[in-house]
Amino acid sequence: MSLLEVEGLQAGYGPVTVVRDLSFNVEEGKVVAILGANGAGKTTTLRALSGVARAHGRVSFDGTQLIGRPPEWIVRRGLAHVPEGRGNFASLTVEENLRLGAYVRKDGAKAREDMQRCFEYFPRLEERRTQAAGSLSGGEQQMLAVARGLMLRPRLMLLDEPSHGLSPLITREVFKILRTVAEEGTTLLIVEQNANLVLDFADHAYVLETGRLVLDGSAEEIGADEGVRRSYLGMV
Amino acid sequence: MERFVQLVIDGIAIGSIYGALALALVLIFRSTGLVNFAQGEMAMFSTFIAWGLVEAGLPLGLALLSALALSFLGGMAIERVLIRPVEGEDPLTILIVTLGLFILINSGAGWIWGFENRGFPRALPDDSADIAGINVSYESLGIVAILLGVSGLLFLLFNRTKLGLAMRAAAANPASARLVGINVGRTLMIGWGLAALLGALAGVLVAPQLFLDVNFMGGVLVYSFAAATLGGFDSPKGAIIGGWIIGVAETLAGDYIGFIGSDLTILVPLAIIFSVLLVRPNGLFGSPEVVRA
Repeated sequence: MSLLEVEGLQAGYGPVTVVRDLSFNVEEGKVVAILGANGAGKTTTLRALSGVARAHGRVSFDGTQLIGRPPEWIVRRGLAHVPEGRGNFASLTVEENLRLGAYVRKDGAKAREDMQRCFEYFPRLEERRTQAAGSLSGGEQQMLAVARGLMLRPRLMLLDEPSHGLSPLITREVFKILRTVAEEGTTLLIVEQNANLVLDFADHAYVLETGRLVLDGSAEEIGADEGVRRSYLGMV
Repeated sequence: MERFVQLVIDGIAIGSIYGALALALVLIFRSTGLVNFAQGEMAMFSTFIAWGLVEAGLPLGLALLSALALSFLGGMAIERVLIRPVEGEDPLTILIVTLGLFILINSGAGWIWGFENRGFPRALPDDSADIAGINVSYESLGIVAILLGVSGLLFLLFNRTKLGLAMRAAAANPASARLVGINVGRTLMIGWGLAALLGALAGVLVAPQLFLDVNFMGGVLVYSFAAATLGGFDSPKGAIIGGWIIGVAETLAGDYIGFIGSDLTILVPLAIIFSVLLVRPNGLFGSPEVVRA
């Protein structure tokens, strides 16, 4: 049994259906990428998994059904969603943002250790510990968003465009940490437009086109696929 | 000079009451971005409940505490029943709902208790202390002490407890708050409960100085709006300090500026609201959103 099994997922907002009949799996301990152009339904897929978008179908996470459950229930099962636009609490301090990441955890002492671990990953966050999150640079805000997700000690972390709006240098820094996090055993499901970045360390990749799954394979296969290279990797 | 100091102290006392109601406005504004026009009427209703409990034979202290507790529950109920269904609608819709609430509570209170004036018993002693030759009423001292105590408790709630952190998070970014597991609806309910409780406190503290009737909080609400506007509308500290400034300005203007007297003091808050909006729309402590892209 896979950690996450998605079957016939339909998702959208109001009367608009963005994702149609989507099925895919995420194995425990793996890094899985969802690729696709703007508007392919990548973000909506993540939002359906975390309970933010209206969805039908079957989503089983470690054997529990998630469809129809609110976000605040789903996060308690160990699923962290680092949303598009980072979702930080701008007026709250860096430290408060991290404490909120561990909001549903009952093991306060371990959560404090995890905060130290986040500061080791991202030393710049420790320097800015008492600053308002809204005053951080874009790169620092993305680091904070990732760290907030990690504070849940999630079984599965959903990341929406972690490279969005970041310089190549900062992007490399963020992805280096994501790689470490993955190596330490956290399962990651990453949505990215910058396919090069994520195929580099993903195990498996899915390609979405207008709400449908069009390709599915190991990261190497997908990275080597001519069509994908042309459409999503900006190479000929 | 002695007169001046007395006026300042009385101003701070009455300003503390404006501050308490302004704090209620700020609490709701911060969590929902909504100005609750019914806040004064909710406070009036709470005060009538306290009065009714006293009339029914409860000791004053117990009646006041019960009224505060009932107000907390009532505030939560109002959020759950009337505000929740329109949550996320455009601001005008919610504004109309709070105006509807204003009318509902005002006429409801009239229907239950009638429209005549009533005296409200004093909880604080009536006499005054002589401090360095200046007469300071125990009531003024008591009101200031109560406001400081209550703000201290609120500060601890918001900054030292997990519930407070959750409430601030839900106010800052409701969507993200849900993603980290916060029940945003519940934090909003508690926010309304606290606001109703603060309003009730303002009501029972000011009622002995006015007469209790269904419209007695109207004037107080105007002063509290001025206090909240001056303080910045999203700053609890600003609400309290704003309340003090308004209170002092009111008593001084009433005494020193001949034509204002006691009839035109309502001009003071209006002039202050107007000037703040003109010169410094974010008030003294209000935050323009600080967000770097």
